[in-house]
Amino acid sequence: MTTQDQGAGQVVLRLSHITKRFGPVTANEDVSFDLHRGEVIALLGENGAGKTTLMNILFGQYTADEGEVELFGAPLPPGNPRAALDRGVGMVHQHFTLADNLRVWENVVLGVDALSAPALNARAAKAKLRELSARFHLHVDPDAKVGRLTVGERQRVEILKALYRDARILILDEPTAVLTPQETDALFATLREAIGLGMSVVFISHKLHEVMAIADRVLVLRHGKLVAERAVGDTNREELAALMVGAEVSAPEPSEGAAGAALLSLRAVRLAGEGTTPGLKGIDLDLRAGQITGLAGVSGNGQAALSDLISGLRAPDEGVLEIAGEALRTWSPRAAVGHGIARIPEDRHKTGTIADFDLTENAILERYKSEFSRGGWMDWRGARAFAEGLIKGYDVRCHGPEQRIRLLSGGNMQKLILGRVLEGAPKVILANQPVRGLDIGAVNYVHSQLLEARARGAAVLLISEDLDEIMRLSDVIHVISEGRLSPAFARGTMRPEELGQWMAGKGYDDAA
Amino acid sequence: MTMRLEPIEAPGLARRAGLPALAIAGTFVIGALLAMIAGGNPFSVFGLILKGAFGSKFAVLETLNRATPLIFTGLAVAVAFRAKLWNIGAEAQLYAGAVMTAVLGTGALAWPSWALLPMVGLAAMLAGALVLLVPAILKVRLGVDEVVTTLLFNFIFLLFVGYLLEGPLKDPMGMGWPKSARLIPEARLPRIIEGLRLHWGFALGLIAAVTVWVIERRTTLGYEMRAVGQNVDAARFAGIPVTAVILKTALISGGLAALAGFSEVAGMKGALTKDISPGFGYTGIVVAMLALLNPLGVVLAALFVAAIFVGADSMSRAAGVPTYLADIMLASALLLMVLAILLTKFRVRRD
Repeated sequence: MTTQDQGAGQVVLRLSHITKRFGPVTANEDVSFDLHRGEVIALLGENGAGKTTLMNILFGQYTADEGEVELFGAPLPPGNPRAALDRGVGMVHQHFTLADNLRVWENVVLGVDALSAPALNARAAKAKLRELSARFHLHVDPDAKVGRLTVGERQRVEILKALYRDARILILDEPTAVLTPQETDALFATLREAIGLGMSVVFISHKLHEVMAIADRVLVLRHGKLVAERAVGDTNREELAALMVGAEVSAPEPSEGAAGAALLSLRAVRLAGEGTTPGLKGIDLDLRAGQITGLAGVSGNGQAALSDLISGLRAPDEGVLEIAGEALRTWSPRAAVGHGIARIPEDRHKTGTIADFDLTENAILERYKSEFSRGGWMDWRGARAFAEGLIKGYDVRCHGPEQRIRLLSGGNMQKLILGRVLEGAPKVILANQPVRGLDIGAVNYVHSQLLEARARGAAVLLISEDLDEIMRLSDVIHVISEGRLSPAFARGTMRPEELGQWMAGKGYDDAA
Repeated sequence: MTMRLEPIEAPGLARRAGLPALAIAGTFVIGALLAMIAGGNPFSVFGLILKGAFGSKFAVLETLNRATPLIFTGLAVAVAFRAKLWNIGAEAQLYAGAVMTAVLGTGALAWPSWALLPMVGLAAMLAGALVLLVPAILKVRLGVDEVVTTLLFNFIFLLFVGYLLEGPLKDPMGMGWPKSARLIPEARLPRIIEGLRLHWGFALGLIAAVTVWVIERRTTLGYEMRAVGQNVDAARFAGIPVTAVILKTALISGGLAALAGFSEVAGMKGALTKDISPGFGYTGIVVAMLALLNPLGVVLAALFVAAIFVGADSMSRAAGVPTYLADIMLASALLLMVLAILLTKFRVRRD
């Protein structure tokens, strides 16, 4: 390859008339575009618009039915992941492709170095990894087990993996879904640095402000077709949003409301950390009726511990958990559900649903015992009716309650989970990353449901790494850093930069 | 050129039923090739196997009798595997049931048959359940791998049975043979039809299969077991009592395997010996896998496996082809079935 001596503007990647069908579904239809050296293009589209399929074709995971891919001027043999890898295409997937039982550096070298000789290469690999970590501000301990890392840290490993292989084209599938504003800024800074060195980037996203911030050109996909191409200088967020969904969209906004009594309180709660993730270091928190409490923070700072605590998976090591002013003795997931806590888990696939169960079986996961069991026998007729009610009431797009949930899109899966937990008007709602990976339509739907719950007097805890989301929806905001909780900040009293200081660990009373 | 697996989102019926059928067909092709190598005509060898398994009333009854313990151990494995409890110890649980049957059935309880048989059967189930409960508790409390513990416990328990037959349970009238005293007549499973050599153990096996099917599909426990087996994290998050479900599964699985021992001692043999099971516990794994863990499929798979064993015995006498053919065919059936199951979920792509 002689790309080094050629200037910017050279076409490094060309997709010509790509069409891909899955049975009756056309995922991509006649999509063509060029990527130039040192350029960032954004692929924008709702979930199911065909972005990921297109990139999987480029990366050889799928074979296109029609059309072809050209890399650095030469056609790419279809359906061979190694071909794209070997020619310098790195892909960071939305769903991570890491081995939990291996260490970070082992994951990074996996598939690069011979399997028989990892011990010999460990020192060199770790040194290179540390150097990349430092240069690209992607901090992660090379010796940590991946299974112990938070989602945010795993994302960094994925990016490092691509960088380690000297990728010259980087494909990032929803890379900022798990990053904080600072981390996102840092990622953008490193991307810009890499672009300066001749890297080209395909940035897949549906976050408009990020697309505007990083991309040179935006390609909008809708229903598998390329519907528009804009230089970022010639467009704006409103136009892009309209192009994406094919209509004008407006995000829900919270109305005025008054806070009520504390429905769930933590008093000096301590929880031991697990592995490299911190626990909780003496936290006081009140979730009040009619209020959305936002929890901002960098991933891996105790959000998981707090979420496990409120979900009922863990009980406090020290301190008290109070519901409506009453201290709890026994605590379990079933007790949490029984006390009217709706729990939207962070990971839809891993903890929220059972992939091979149908919609009915998934819908009743939390209430089968109390509502659909008569003396040890399942009431499948009632369960099915319940699932049908959720499908209708929460607009779950599916073939029916017998469909396996693994075949649903992320948005529809989340709608079913929403229905499952919100049915029966819960008093407390734990929403952990409720819109991660969802398209704008589904995001607005989830947010409007949370606002509706707030309006009827529920106490909502919104845990998110998206500061925009937190600031837009929350009545009060706490920041979490290394297991410590900031004071409550009322809506509109803090600027993002100030919250960022707290997220970085500044301002806490370290006597705790 | 490389090959790789691509997941299939919604496998069709042809794939889900056709591939397992192909696996069975492949088993016969392998069997045919081996028969030819052994100097037999494959068609006549299979003909003889078929005749040996189903060719006469005696043959059919022999096949059904041989299938009986395999139905129980197959169910035991299927139930456990469904909840991802890897019970490799059906052999030990079978012997636990057999020991309990011998202990209670040789005169310790002088009850009439209608009271004694259910009592012995339940006691045998309890014994088998407890044998699996120990590894299950070690798994949920300490995270000890149950594959290792249940497998190794088979050897421990067989040695224990050897000790019992040389010691406390030894038949004083047995002329030195390591066998227990004979069961009293009230403790024997009667024949289903007088004059035919088929005991009620087979009917009990069919009842057990239907019961397990009903448990898995219709009861709350079955729903919990499937949830725990499919995704233990989601089950725990939803509030399903994972530990309790695993322990209940262990009790059911161990109890089912023990019924194989009960049925063999009280139905077939009438006394406990060290060789009442020629590996029924292990063959139960093959049966369960061939049945794709479906309880009703277990009955068919057990009949298939028993037919090959019984038929191969008689074929061997007539055609001079070794009975090892049966073992190889079962092993092939298992491997091909595992492959077939994989291919119902993934498609092989050649690039």
